Amino acid sequence: MDIQLIAKVWPFFAEAAVVTVEISVLAILLGLSIGFAAGLGSLSHNKLIRLPVRFYVSFFRGTPALIQLFLLYFGGPQVGIQLDPFEAGVIGLGVNIGAYMSESIRGAIISVDKGQTEAGRCLGLGHAQVMRKIIIPQAARLMVRPLGVNAIALIKGSAIVSTISLVELSYTAHRFISSTYKPFEMFILASVFYLLIVTVFSYGVRKVDQRVAMD
Amino acid sequence: MSENLIEIRGLKKNFGDLAVLKGIDMNIRKGQIVALIGASGSGKSTLLRTINQLEEATAGEIWFDGQLVNQDLPHRAREKHLNQLRREIGMVFQHFNLFPHLTAIENVTLAPTMLKLQNKSDALTSGKALLDKVGLADRIDHYPSQLSGGQKQRVAIARSLAMSPQVMLFDEVTSALDPELVGEVNRVMKQLAQEHMTMIIVTHDLRFAEDVSDHVVFLADGLVVEEGPPAQIFADPKHELTQSFLKQVF
Ligand SMILES: Nc1ncnc2c1ncn2[C@@H]1O[C@H](COP(=O)(O)OP(=O)(O)O)[C@@H](O)[C@H]1O
Ligand SMILES: [Mg+2]
Repeated sequence: MDIQLIAKVWPFFAEAAVVTVEISVLAILLGLSIGFAAGLGSLSHNKLIRLPVRFYVSFFRGTPALIQLFLLYFGGPQVGIQLDPFEAGVIGLGVNIGAYMSESIRGAIISVDKGQTEAGRCLGLGHAQVMRKIIIPQAARLMVRPLGVNAIALIKGSAIVSTISLVELSYTAHRFISSTYKPFEMFILASVFYLLIVTVFSYGVRKVDQRVAMD
Repeated sequence: MSENLIEIRGLKKNFGDLAVLKGIDMNIRKGQIVALIGASGSGKSTLLRTINQLEEATAGEIWFDGQLVNQDLPHRAREKHLNQLRREIGMVFQHFNLFPHLTAIENVTLAPTMLKLQNKSDALTSGKALLDKVGLADRIDHYPSQLSGGQKQRVAIARSLAMSPQVMLFDEVTSALDPELVGEVNRVMKQLAQEHMTMIIVTHDLRFAEDVSDHVVFLADGLVVEEGPPAQIFADPKHELTQSFLKQVF
């Protein structure tokens, strides 16, 4: 193992890791927003809401994320959607993870005991009121872990944006390999940074989970 | 103008192919305490749950205070109609269904404040009075997880009463309790009875039914087999199904 080389190039990886974090955090926030809307929408009584949402979820869970990203970045311009790699990365990853997150949110909502809804409705509260004040606060506790799993999958999966030339961790590894011919060192280095990001993130998720479980 | 608060006509309820209620006729007068008894699976819960439309009726009519409960309405109108009706019809469940993320007082004040029937401070005042009435003045800030079964059930009763309903439906509210906690919940129902709250009480506790009710309805296999004053039903049942049911239970 070429330690000297690692010592020389690691700052570039650190910089690239910042980009990976940025793109991941933005994509997670986008995914959460879409996930919430879609998670609730998939439970709507209204078919005009439910069916398009179900289609969105099936499409983005049923096709490779890489193809979705290519569709957006390379196919987009053909239909007038012009995005730079960073924008395409955030949107591509966010819309994809939103589909998974909507399932986590939907799962948490439907696992709240049906008796809770009944008790709320028996008091004369409407469907939306019951959701907001009774079901979602309870579901929130149940959704932290699965959403954390989704988010971590996204961080690792963000490597695919290297294919649209976004200079993040994986791209940086590839770039240094072509100049140094040392794939072992470069991929180890990238792995260490991914592991670091994921570890910090998992710790955060665990803290949030403990927090919501407590109150 | 009839003095009946609830009138049920030819009520049928199927779950798929299973006919659970097979044509129920029933009247409940204002202030009447009705005990609904019958074997497990005879349809008691289903009957209560169709009254407030937790279950849709398959056929027949349910009238509440002069309004047809099971009106055929478009979705939105139906929701509005049911929300309005359900304020008037309190329900207490076997498994309490308290909101676990809210304290006792928050459980009680949630609906009146959300529905803007009371402002926060009025709701708090009357909520505390209700918890006091059910003997839980010292438990108002406790979460359900910090309460015993009997205490939970009393909070659930207070939560229903907070809407000032015209009728209370009790579905085996002591069945999930340890025997030593049954009395404290029964006492609350007894007190409501003495205050002339209209109530339908589903119970397996026939001694309590005899003690608290002024009318007993015996349900078997989705039909009202016999009804009458408790003294007659328990001491001198006419129908053989009632006789054999009482023999098994007592
Ligand atoms: N949601 C449901 N779906 C299907 N069958 C049901 C449902 N609820 C009740 N039943 C059936 O209806 C019958 C009557 O149930 P229920 O009203 O709970 O009786 P009881 O309260 O007298 O014990 C039972 O056979 C029960 O299995
Ligand atoms: Mg029952």
